[in-house]
Amino acid sequence: MKRIMHSLAAASLALSLGAATAQDYSEMAPEEILESLISATGSKYLGQSDQNRMMMEDNPALEVGEAGAKLFKTARGPNNVSLEGCDFGKGPGVLKGAYVEMPRFFADTGKVMDLEERLVHCMVKQQGFSKDDKEVKKRHGSSSDMMKLMTYIAMQSNGMKWNPPLDHPLEKAMRDAGEELFYRRAGPMDFSCAACHAETGKRIRASVLPNMLEPAEWTKGISWPAERVGQGNVRSTNHRLRGCVWQMRHPGIKAGSDASMALISFWTDAARGQPAILPDLKR
Amino acid sequence: MRVKAKAKGGVIDVKCLFKHPMETGLRKDKKTGQTVPAHFIQEILFEKNGKTAVTAYINGSVSKNPLVHVQVKGNAGDTVKVSWKDNKGESGTEEVTVG
Amino acid sequence: MKRRTFLRGTLASSAIVTAMGAGLLAPRTVLAAWPEGIMKAKDVAGATGGGAGEASADIKLDVPNIAENGAVVPVKVDATAMSGVESVSILVDSNGNPLAATFIIGADGMAFASTRCKVGKSGNMVGVVKAGGKTYHASKEVKVTTGGCGG
Repeated sequence: MKRIMHSLAAASLALSLGAATAQDYSEMAPEEILESLISATGSKYLGQSDQNRMMMEDNPALEVGEAGAKLFKTARGPNNVSLEGCDFGKGPGVLKGAYVEMPRFFADTGKVMDLEERLVHCMVKQQGFSKDDKEVKKRHGSSSDMMKLMTYIAMQSNGMKWNPPLDHPLEKAMRDAGEELFYRRAGPMDFSCAACHAETGKRIRASVLPNMLEPAEWTKGISWPAERVGQGNVRSTNHRLRGCVWQMRHPGIKAGSDASMALISFWTDAARGQPAILPDLKR
Repeated sequence: MRVKAKAKGGVIDVKCLFKHPMETGLRKDKKTGQTVPAHFIQEILFEKNGKTAVTAYINGSVSKNPLVHVQVKGNAGDTVKVSWKDNKGESGTEEVTVG
Repeated sequence: MKRRTFLRGTLASSAIVTAMGAGLLAPRTVLAAWPEGIMKAKDVAGATGGGAGEASADIKLDVPNIAENGAVVPVKVDATAMSGVESVSILVDSNGNPLAATFIIGADGMAFASTRCKVGKSGNMVGVVKAGGKTYHASKEVKVTTGGCGG
């Protein structure tokens, strides 16, 4: 009975979704995209927290993104060049829509790379920084260069549909490996990502969690960078992943590792077609 | 501090974001156990084209790094000046052209 | 009358300091004096200088029903539907000093104020408006919880 109810609910969500995705979200502010998805789906996850919905209009992450815009265009590093020559997959300096097509394979490195890895690559190869320089090393916190830059770059994909490429065999391999990892139980508590994120309405205490199998929920779930209100900082995709791994009591995950890249590839593919909400604001 | 002023239909929305700890003077530092002294913005003056439009008095009950939003009659091209002062005598000011 | 007495210097200085501290003396020559009396009052009656007055539907008060984070509770008071507004104030009745902010509305100002407040525990957010010599208010309950996820 429960399964029938669940698939009925999923079907109605999917149906109302069809209506939602016919819209053009790319001209809408992040909070408008969220309200539109809430109206279309009635999702408990999306609609939670009046407080956060009220705060989105004045999202502190917007300012962090503005600071990132300045940094992006500033000539920096030993080579004294800006990041405007960096290719995030759509050509050097093309930022619009680049983030929603990541992670992707880059021929110049022979690797599938997410935004953070690609940004580090350009800062090292083009600007001449070393990986140990503080500008590159410090990844977390609203005051870090990396967070400002990632927020800025991601914001240029606000309202655009998640569309990571799967043409290259490595892109497909990463995505498939990520799916395996998503469902794999591990650690002392036998948790998998799916244990929390493969059913609608699951909660950790009072927070409703997004269901990976519901793209309209999952798009908000993966919309990072986002301001974490309770932490007073903008957080990245890798910060979120590290947090989840920590909560599951799995051994730590490293940003840029194959495991990290695989999970991020899978989770972006799972939101395919839905509008990204960038920057987002979360608890 | 950052000030944004946008006009629509004769109403200017003035939004200010301040970088300020807004300490009430009641909080104990978790590491030292000492009470953190009161340090908060007390007054914010909003002027339009050189004339006082709104005077705000606030205290530590307003959130850290406060966002303060008021409305002033006016149009694009007007100037809005925001000046603040805190309980320690620190102050700041910013003037913008209304967009 | 008090002001004339002050100028003549016949009031003992300590009494003046006390009176000023309680927000009772507000001579026009003293610019922008932070109203310590109402700021430090421990109840709504003191924080409004005499009570929150009658409830008014013309005051639009926007606060979340539930706030999982009591440090940044958004509150918006819109009394632009009223005329002759002198001030708009925001009170948090469960806080030790309920008055959080008061906005004196000048000729070019509008009866609108929005900010984020610290709310220590569940209680009422109150928007108080003084207009035409009278006091009005709107009040809404905010439940403060600590929500969910550990990460």
